[in-house]
Amino acid sequence: MNLRELTHTEERLCEGHRLCAGCAEPIIARQVLMATDKPVVVANATGCFEVSTTIYPFTAWNVPWIHTAFENAPATISGVEAAYNSLKRQGKLEGEIKFVAFGGDGATYDIGLQSLSGAIERGHDFLYVCFNNEAYMNTGIQRSGATQKGASTTTCPAGSCIPGKREFPKDLTRIIIAHDIPYAAQASPHNWKDLIEKSRKGIETHGPAFINVVSPCPRGWRHDSSQTIAISKLAVETCVWPLYEYENGEWRLTGESLRIAEGSKEKRPVSEWLSSQGRFKHLTKGKFTSVADEIQANVDKKWGELLKLSKM
Amino acid sequence: MSKPIAVNGDTAIAMAWKQINPDVVAAYPITPQTIIVEAYSDYVADGLVDTEYICAESEHSALSICVGSSAAGARVATATASAGLAFMWEMLYVSASMRTPIVMAVANRTLSGPINIHCDHSDAMGARDSGWLQIFGENVQEAYDNTLMAFRIAENMKVRLPIMTCLDGFIITHALERFEPLEDEKAKAFVGPYQPVRPLLDVKSPTTYGPIAMPEYYYEIKYQLVTAMANAMDVARQVMAEYGELTGRRYDLVEGYRTEDAEYLMVAMGSTAGTVRFVVDQLRAEGKKVGAVKVRLFRPFPTEDLVALLRGKKAVAVLDRAMSPGTGAPLYMDVVEAASQIGSPPRISNYIYGLGGRDIMPEQLSSVFGEIIEGRGERVNYLGVRK
Ligand SMILES: Cc1ncc(C[n+]2csc(CCOP(=O)(O)OP(=O)(O)O)c2C)c(N)n1
Ligand code: SF4
Ligand SMILES: [Mg+2]
Repeated sequence: MNLRELTHTEERLCEGHRLCAGCAEPIIARQVLMATDKPVVVANATGCFEVSTTIYPFTAWNVPWIHTAFENAPATISGVEAAYNSLKRQGKLEGEIKFVAFGGDGATYDIGLQSLSGAIERGHDFLYVCFNNEAYMNTGIQRSGATQKGASTTTCPAGSCIPGKREFPKDLTRIIIAHDIPYAAQASPHNWKDLIEKSRKGIETHGPAFINVVSPCPRGWRHDSSQTIAISKLAVETCVWPLYEYENGEWRLTGESLRIAEGSKEKRPVSEWLSSQGRFKHLTKGKFTSVADEIQANVDKKWGELLKLSKM
Repeated sequence: MSKPIAVNGDTAIAMAWKQINPDVVAAYPITPQTIIVEAYSDYVADGLVDTEYICAESEHSALSICVGSSAAGARVATATASAGLAFMWEMLYVSASMRTPIVMAVANRTLSGPINIHCDHSDAMGARDSGWLQIFGENVQEAYDNTLMAFRIAENMKVRLPIMTCLDGFIITHALERFEPLEDEKAKAFVGPYQPVRPLLDVKSPTTYGPIAMPEYYYEIKYQLVTAMANAMDVARQVMAEYGELTGRRYDLVEGYRTEDAEYLMVAMGSTAGTVRFVVDQLRAEGKKVGAVKVRLFRPFPTEDLVALLRGKKAVAVLDRAMSPGTGAPLYMDVVEAASQIGSPPRISNYIYGLGGRDIMPEQLSSVFGEIIEGRGERVNYLGVRK
C-alpha cells in the first residue's frame, strides 16, 4: 500500500459534508474505507459524523449507508448483516459485501455499549470504528465515559472548586477485548498506514472487529483546526493513546508505540499533550496542577500494563 | 383441506411465521410472548425454515436489528409485549418513518408499575401514534389469520408500513383453542414472495437510509405516513376480502353484530369482543335492542366504517382495556371523534376495564348495557375498580 495507490481508491465519503474544518472524523472514516475495495455497507450512530454527512435531501455517501438512532449502530449493522447471510444462504443474493459501523465515543462507551457488546457476543461479521473525541460533541461538548480526567466540558466545566472531569476514562478497548473478540485495535489518524492496515485486518476478520481511534475535535478540545494531525500524533507520543492491536489472543504494540517500547523513540511528557488543548488550560498552572500529575501517573500505569500484556 | 388442531395463540403465530418463512427474525423474550420465539427457535433448530434467527440482547436492539434487516431487503418478523414494546418505543417511530414493513406480534400485556404480567392494551396504546399499523385478534384463529394478512397489508407498495398483530396476553397467547391453519402452500401463495424497495444490499445503487431532516423537510416526510395509512385502509379491506374468498372466514376492519336494529352498542377490541357478543345474545333474548362492535383494525382507525354503525343509535359504551389518566382512553377518543361526524350522535361513554389482567365478566357487561340504556353512568367509568 502506498500513497499513490490510495489516491486512486474510490471516494466512499465524498465532499459536501458539513463537519468542522479540522475535524478528525472524516479523515478517519476515509482511511478506514480505503482499506478495502470490496463493496461495503455502512451503519452510523447519531453524532457529529452522522448529522453532518446526510443533511436531507443531500448525502455525502457513495456507499449504502444507514442511521437509525444513537445507541444502536451495532444492532443496526447486525440486522443488515443478518439479512445478507439469510439472502445469500437462500441464493437470493450474490457477491461479497463487508459491513462497517461508525460511532462516537458517546455512542460507543456509554449509551450504545450494550448494543455493541451484544453484537460482538453474537459474532456478527462487521468492523466497528469508534471516533473517540472524548465527549458528546454533537450536542455541545458534554462529558462522556471517554472524557479524560481534568478535561473541561459543558457538563463537567472547570470551575473555581472543581477542576473539570473528576474521573479517569474507562478503558473501552480492553472491555471489548474481554469479549474474546477476534480483532481489536487502537489507532490514530496521523499514522494513516497503521490505521489502514488495522482497518484492513478488521474488515477481513471473520466475525466482529473493533478499532478505537483517537479523534481530535478542534471545537471541543479547543485547538486550532490546523493542529488535528499534530495533536493525534502527540496523543500517541505521550502514551495517552497507545497504538496496539489484539489479534487471536495476542497483544501487539504498533507504530510509534512499538518504537517507544523498544526504546528507539522518546516517550514525551503528558504536559505537552495537556498544553496543546484549551480544555486542559486550567491544569497547566495554578491550584489544579496536581491533576496533571495524576494524569501522568495514570498514563504511566496503563502504559506499564500494556507493555506487560504485549510482552515487551 | 386443512385440519383443525388445538394450539395456543403464541404457537399459532409461530406456525404462521413458519409458513411465511421470513428472511430474518430478531427478538427478545418477554411473557406472554415468549412461546412464539421459543417455538420459532425449534423450527430454526430443526432446519424447517430459512430464517436467520437473531437472539438480541434487548428489545431495543431486536427492533433495531429488524430495521437494519428490513432496510437491507429482508422480510422480517419479531414479537414482544409490555415493557419490551415500551423499550422499543424510540425505534417504533424510526421504523415507521423508514417505511420498513416489519411484522410484530404484540402479546398485549400491561405496563409496569407495579410490575404485572397480565393482559391489557396499554402497551399497544403507547405505540398508537408511532405510524405502525395495528390489528387486533379476538381468538387463536384470528391471531393466526391476522398474521397472514398483516404481511400482505404491511408490504403492499401503497403502504410499506410496519404492523403490530395484537393478541391478548394469556387470554389468547396461552389458551389452547381449536383452530384451522391453512395448508402451507396456500398460506405461502397468499402471502407471496417479498419485494424489497431500494435495499441497502443493492451496492450498485447506494441508498442513504435515515438522514437528518431539517424543519423544511421533516413535516413532508411525516405526512407521507398519513397517505400510507389512508392507503392501508383500502388495502386491508381488499386483503381481508381475498382472505375470505380463500378461507371462508370473512373479516372486516370493524365488525358489527346484531347492530342493524340495535339502539345501544358496545364497542370492544381483542378477546372481550367475544364476551360482548355473548352478552348481546343474552340481552336480545330479553328483548333488549343491543348490538356489539368489534374493532379489528385500530391503526389506521376505520372512522367511516364506524360512523356507518353508530348512526342513529341512542347510546354507545366503549370498552377500553387501557387508560389515559386525566382523560378518556384511546379507543373511546377515536369513537367519539368518529361520532362527531354524525348530526345527532349517540351518547357515548367510556368503560375502562380489565387492567393488569383483571377478569371481565358477562354480568358486568350486562350492567353496563343497563346503565347506558337508562342513561346513567359517567362519561369515563372505571369498571369494577375498588375506589
Ligand atoms: C437516545 C438519545 N439520547 C440522546 C441523544 C442526543 N445526542 C445526539 S448525538 C449525542 C452525542 C454524540 O456524542 P458522540 O457519540 O461522542 O459523537 P460525536 O458527536 O462526539 O462525534 C447526543 C447526546 C440522542 N440522539 N438519542
Ligand atoms: S464539533 Fe468536533 S467532532 Fe463535531 S464536527 Fe466539529 S470538530 Fe468534528
Ligand atoms: Mg464524541
